[in-house]
Amino acid sequence: MNQIPAILIDGIIYSSWLFVIAVGLTLIYGVMKILNVAHGSLYALGAYAATAFGGYWIAHGYPPLGSYGMLVVAAIAVGLTAGPLIERGLLRLVYGKEEVVLVLVTYAVFLILEDLTKLAFGVDPLSIPQPYGLLGSIEVGDLIYPTYSLVLVLLSVVVGVGLAMTLNRTRHGKILQAVIHDREMAAATGIDVNRVYLVTFTIGTALAALGGALTAPTISVQPGIAAEVIVLAFAVVVIGGLGSLGGAALGAVIVGMVRAWAVHKWPEVELFSVYAVMAAVLVMRPKGLFAVPEARKI
Amino acid sequence: MLREHTTRILLAALAILLGAGPFLPKWAMFMLNVSLSWGTVVLGMMLLMRTGLVSFGQGLYYCLGAYAAGVLYAKLGIGDIAVMLLASATVTVAVSTVLGLLLAKYRDIFFAMLSLAFSMILFGLLVKTSELGSTDGFGLSVTSVAGVPLAEGWDRYAVFASAVVVAFGAALGMQRYLDSHTGRLAGAIRDNELRVEYMGASVRRVIHLNYVISAALAGLGGGLVGITIGHVDPEMAFWTTSGEFVFIAILSGTGNVLAPFLGATIFETVRSFAYEYSPNTWQLVLGITMLLVIMFLPGGLWSVFTRRRAA
Amino acid sequence: MAHVGAPRWLMGLFLAAVLTSGTARAQEPVRIGFVTFLSGPAAGPFGVPARHAAEAIAESLNAGKGPAPHNARGFGGRPVELVVIDEAGGTTKQVSEFRNLVERQNVDYVIGYISSGDCLAIAPVAEEVKKITVLFDCGTPRIFEEASYKYVFRTRPHATMDAVAAALYLLETRPGVKSYAGINQNYAGIDQNYAGIDQNYPGGQDSWNDFTMAMGVLKPEARVTTSQMPKFGAGQYGAETSALMQSGAEVIHSSLWGGDLEAFIMQAGPRGLFKKSPLVLVAGEPYLHRLGSAVPDGTIVGARGTNGVFALDGPLNSWLRDIYRAKAGHEPTYPAYSAANAILGLKAAYEKAKVAKLQRAIPMGANRGVKEETEKAYASGPSDEELIAAFEGLIFASPSGRMTMSLGKGHQAVSGTAYGTTRLVDGKVTVTDIKRYSLEKVQPPEGMASADWIKGGMKPAK
Repeated sequence: MNQIPAILIDGIIYSSWLFVIAVGLTLIYGVMKILNVAHGSLYALGAYAATAFGGYWIAHGYPPLGSYGMLVVAAIAVGLTAGPLIERGLLRLVYGKEEVVLVLVTYAVFLILEDLTKLAFGVDPLSIPQPYGLLGSIEVGDLIYPTYSLVLVLLSVVVGVGLAMTLNRTRHGKILQAVIHDREMAAATGIDVNRVYLVTFTIGTALAALGGALTAPTISVQPGIAAEVIVLAFAVVVIGGLGSLGGAALGAVIVGMVRAWAVHKWPEVELFSVYAVMAAVLVMRPKGLFAVPEARKI
Repeated sequence: MLREHTTRILLAALAILLGAGPFLPKWAMFMLNVSLSWGTVVLGMMLLMRTGLVSFGQGLYYCLGAYAAGVLYAKLGIGDIAVMLLASATVTVAVSTVLGLLLAKYRDIFFAMLSLAFSMILFGLLVKTSELGSTDGFGLSVTSVAGVPLAEGWDRYAVFASAVVVAFGAALGMQRYLDSHTGRLAGAIRDNELRVEYMGASVRRVIHLNYVISAALAGLGGGLVGITIGHVDPEMAFWTTSGEFVFIAILSGTGNVLAPFLGATIFETVRSFAYEYSPNTWQLVLGITMLLVIMFLPGGLWSVFTRRRAA
Repeated sequence: MAHVGAPRWLMGLFLAAVLTSGTARAQEPVRIGFVTFLSGPAAGPFGVPARHAAEAIAESLNAGKGPAPHNARGFGGRPVELVVIDEAGGTTKQVSEFRNLVERQNVDYVIGYISSGDCLAIAPVAEEVKKITVLFDCGTPRIFEEASYKYVFRTRPHATMDAVAAALYLLETRPGVKSYAGINQNYAGIDQNYAGIDQNYPGGQDSWNDFTMAMGVLKPEARVTTSQMPKFGAGQYGAETSALMQSGAEVIHSSLWGGDLEAFIMQAGPRGLFKKSPLVLVAGEPYLHRLGSAVPDGTIVGARGTNGVFALDGPLNSWLRDIYRAKAGHEPTYPAYSAANAILGLKAAYEKAKVAKLQRAIPMGANRGVKEETEKAYASGPSDEELIAAFEGLIFASPSGRMTMSLGKGHQAVSGTAYGTTRLVDGKVTVTDIKRYSLEKVQPPEGMASADWIKGGMKPAK
């Protein structure tokens, strides 16, 4: 029996999932220099919102295919509410503090959101399994894969390419890149940095929520998923180089492939795989694979 | 002003804690005991932070220190507090001397992340080691202090007193170090490494030394927690343990060597009462407390004192 | 010293009246610390059901509505008051909180702990502070096999039973099984602290080790095809599913729990894994009602004892089901039974000790000072020493059946257990083909370590 194709397919599926959960994190870091610990909580909020919106849709007997739309709607809803609320209500008050203090601020948000989601949704796991099975499955050799997973792979590619195009080809994207490169210089040229921050954080939040919403049909949504996701997302983003879109993609592929290989060939080391890769990459390239060049300041 | 008084305050605290220990309610003594141990770990983080580095992997040394003490008891039957703490310090100094060679090159978030990766690798190794109880860990106990056997019923106090003495020694030593030539370089490195190099000092060597000192303190703190709790497990190396130390360090502020102990005590008190009075929402309480401190006391809790002085 | 003997039956009546009705004056409540997961992933499947059960039981007992033999109001007439705290946070915090419960909140007894790591850390502390502590849901056999305690009791059988019975059931229902695989959490039984958000993994590795050991003895020719120990996948089991499918195992052993188990079944089910290789879920019972039709037909499930669907009908069982349903809105699962075992076991020991104490206060044949002596004895309740003496080796009735405190020098409960196979009937999961195992078959005798007992061929305890 040949394991290689299975490792490749499993690796690609897992990588694309990693990319979706990590891309918002790297975007926010790149623009705002905030390593957002609450990213996992926003992922969890997206997942919870998906069970609520999707559950409502299906309970009312609307066409089941529409539940996919509801997943996206849930993500956007979380992005548009939680994003501005956190950025305007809290982060705006602490800009300019040290990076590590900002990490702690988002850690506090993470703690607060953990209890708030518990108060809102309870501790019992929730689920919205319908979208997962709706598209049927595809046979690959001796294995069967759900079409949903393969659609997710396509979707992550669309998200990645879309973001890259926006950053490189549009005016807004160029503004964003200017802010990423040098915030003060960008502000001096008349860019409204505050607005850029608001928009970036909202998009980042929506991406985190999208990750959660798209994952919701495959898991049972429960307290604790936020913390599980955030460590993985950190690892991916750090391996790739903080703030780099291409880096996040490459980091996701590396972690995804290594983990799939470990599961198939050497299940005992699955526990280490992610951190071993992270340590190895950082030892060889201290700032990750694609370090974003910083403006030199004296 | 306060800084000049620090030595006197430390001596007074040492005398008061040692004297009052036997008369404190047991839960209070225990809470102080844990807080002093954590304070020792955070004192080491404070040194790193003064150098401009934040470690998200201090749990590596905290856990190593605890396991060093635990293994002595569980595998070799040695229950002497002094020997166990010596082992905690030795092991952590050895490991950090090696890892420091590598980590001294790293800065900012990359230093944080690489140290996190190392501590998670230790976590994974311990989880896989069934001889050491795997994820459940194992228990340990104390029988003597520096060769003097403990009288029945005094072991709690002996552990508490050891924590007081270690914390006192660490704080006093740290204050002396911060006033020394090398110690003063920490702040300079944080502000501008290039200038320090031009002055002829080796940034890497200073960072390496500070890293080893902070690791030794984390190891001592871990050893103390191990003998206080009477149980060690791999979770001590998990990233959230390190995260909590960062939390306490920020809460405390880096203003004074007393700050970490104050911060740890307040953290432990808030957490404990939050557990008791709002068992369902204690994380909410902790999160809001942290935000309030960051917003209104940007220099950490310690700035309450310095502000009053300025007024 | 001429005594006129008071008739014995009269005294018995008097005692019974004292125990069941309580005295006229208000009684100091018995304060019990109850420690269970209120946050993190273990809260939903274990922590909160246990809390619901504990609260429902306390209310019912305080109202004097418990069925015989637990019909005395509260604990021997004294109302019960629960002080609930969260088990999340890891062993360091739990040891602190335990001390706070005992020394700051002055609880009379502590019932608690789902995580094996917490139990291992708490037991020596309970011994040190001399506080009677009933471990209610953790499974590791290490507690009483590696140490012996005076103040620590555990009212649920340890987890060796679950693995051994799973192997017995598997071989009875599929005698020809030639290969099997495992998917278990990479954990011995600890909780994992995520920034105060805890994860507790009751016995992933232990369960698998015991199971393979038992299979090795009972069916040496059956081979293990793969053992998956997922951890850092955050609920993504795609690669594990592929590996299990390619391994071609006839059955898959799993002690996954909570959201991880649900995610695994939801992801692997549509890929046809369970059609090829049915599941053996060591602790699958709490999820049956939640997963519903997603549970693959033919799954072998257990409930860590004769709990939940495996509990026999009887007044105690229907009492628990009624009060639990009223509180939580669904049928009780095994953590609710664990909580019931702990509270009822402690209550039975308390009342037994009290009766013994009252009998001592009224020496046979006394006729003077009976009232005063009785009231004095009554007012104070049993001392810890008296309660421990009553608890050791106690046999008590619980909704799970008869619990016997016979291992660990009378501190560790044993009972029989049961396994069954799921079948979907009209869209509802039912458990059929239930086989029951008496306690001698699935538990080591006193004084023998579980691992040695399994390796030695699992000879029945005498």
